[in-house]
Amino acid sequence: MDAFRVISPGSFTTVQDRGRYRFIDRGVPPSGALDLFAYGIANLLVGNSAGTAVLEITMIGPALEVLGEADVAFAGADMAVTVNRQPVPMWQTVPVKKGDVIRIRQAKSGCRAYLAVTGGIDVPVVMGSRATCVKAKIGGLDGRVLRKDDVLGRIPAELLATPRILPADFIPVYPPYIVLRAVAGPQEEVFRSGLESFFGSIYEVTPESDRMGYRLQGPPVHHDGGFPQSIVSEPTVPGNVQLPADGQPIILLVEQTTGGYTKIATVISTDLPKIAQAIPGNRVRFQRVTLEEAHGIYRKQARLLRDIEARLSSCR
Amino acid sequence: MSHLFDKPRIRLSGDRAILVEYGDAIDPAVNEKVRAMAALLKQGLPDGVEAVIPAYRNLSLLYDPLVTSPEKLLSLLQGLEARLNEIEIPAPRIVEIPVLYGGEFGPDIEVVAQHNGLTAEQVVAIHAATDYPIYMIGFTPGFCYLGGLDRRIHTPRRKTPRTLLPGGSVGIAEAQTGMYPVDSPGGWQIIGRTPLKLFAPERSNPFLYEAGDRIRFVPVRGEEYERIRAKEGS
Repeated sequence: MDAFRVISPGSFTTVQDRGRYRFIDRGVPPSGALDLFAYGIANLLVGNSAGTAVLEITMIGPALEVLGEADVAFAGADMAVTVNRQPVPMWQTVPVKKGDVIRIRQAKSGCRAYLAVTGGIDVPVVMGSRATCVKAKIGGLDGRVLRKDDVLGRIPAELLATPRILPADFIPVYPPYIVLRAVAGPQEEVFRSGLESFFGSIYEVTPESDRMGYRLQGPPVHHDGGFPQSIVSEPTVPGNVQLPADGQPIILLVEQTTGGYTKIATVISTDLPKIAQAIPGNRVRFQRVTLEEAHGIYRKQARLLRDIEARLSSCR
Repeated sequence: MSHLFDKPRIRLSGDRAILVEYGDAIDPAVNEKVRAMAALLKQGLPDGVEAVIPAYRNLSLLYDPLVTSPEKLLSLLQGLEARLNEIEIPAPRIVEIPVLYGGEFGPDIEVVAQHNGLTAEQVVAIHAATDYPIYMIGFTPGFCYLGGLDRRIHTPRRKTPRTLLPGGSVGIAEAQTGMYPVDSPGGWQIIGRTPLKLFAPERSNPFLYEAGDRIRFVPVRGEEYERIRAKEGS
């Protein structure tokens, strides 16, 4: 069933879900929502199950004409959303009806917002996922960003009887200075002299930052003498921090599967949403944690998500 | 000299992945170990393992920290390894890739021939004589890193990369050979093109091969190329 007509597409709006992991061993990038926390909350706020497709909105949002009654929710970057020119809050259910106009403006804080709709965005499942991969031209709307006059469908599902609101203490803030917790490795041994500098320095997010990776600028970190600049290419994961010859870190994200540069550290999965919300000019520091600490944080985050889900689902 | 490690070495790749290394260099013996372990793991994914990605000399395991841990995975891998001799590892699959060499589809074949003091026919004969192991797939969907290119046809990359290579292009760069599954820019010397669709997202299995398989290039003529191309709809 029809959900939206695109009046203006925004700067980079794509359909995303939890990602396409079935063929990463064949070079197909996982793609998927970059901020999985905000993505998951947006779906909960309209009663969708985990893994449902949403719109990922980057920096400047789209304008959408509503084509039928539905619940929507906005989570992530604060983008001053209006429905029929009236401001509507982020992080809660917003019922809309046919003819309404949703306008999502420029991010005031954060970088990416998620628009979930009852049932989820209805695009074909390609290789197990609806996520858009622009590089491989698959998923979403023909593997591309939204364009003016696109019509987006949604999967039929029941509307909520009671709107859901995320309690304020769960709403993340997106400060201009972030601390990313990271586990050393996989190749920390080639940076014996650089490891301390890496974890002690402040880096700036450069404009060359996207879903493929975030390029940072700061005090360069070099390999110890005797170690080659590159390694035999190997699989990479989102969060790997690679250091090319210029010594400037690149945090790899979701649009590649292999790489041949050494990786000094890897941002823990719980902190990946912080990168997704960082914009050029923001400052970043890496904080070293042990694997045991990282897994403790992971378990705590899993409990938090279960808690949020239980509280939101209790409002029918 | 063998580059094979006595015991696998584990590297942490964040809180949800490990790299299990069987050697420290590109070496057929090391990759054979990687292939065998990947095949074993894929016969029944251990609890908490979400993906197995084989590469040249290591494999990456993605895991759920709520279910398993690197220590558990390492002891499980060592247990599997002890059983490697008892278990039949299927021989590598050979995947035939028809190629129309030279002409319009292989514009650089003369460059490869001249660089190596050969004729174009000799380049084709040498290129098609080897079964190339797929060491890893990455860079773009279906892009294979192949081993085993005959030294007699090693050729440097083009000085100026082409901005668009059609999907199916087969080329050589230094000691590597391979194929571009989808249209992409590239600096390889292009010696031919396959009519096969190497990446078909609409098919239930979008790829013709996986890491560990072997690629055999089979020279075809124009009519055969067209017949396969029509069938593939590529």
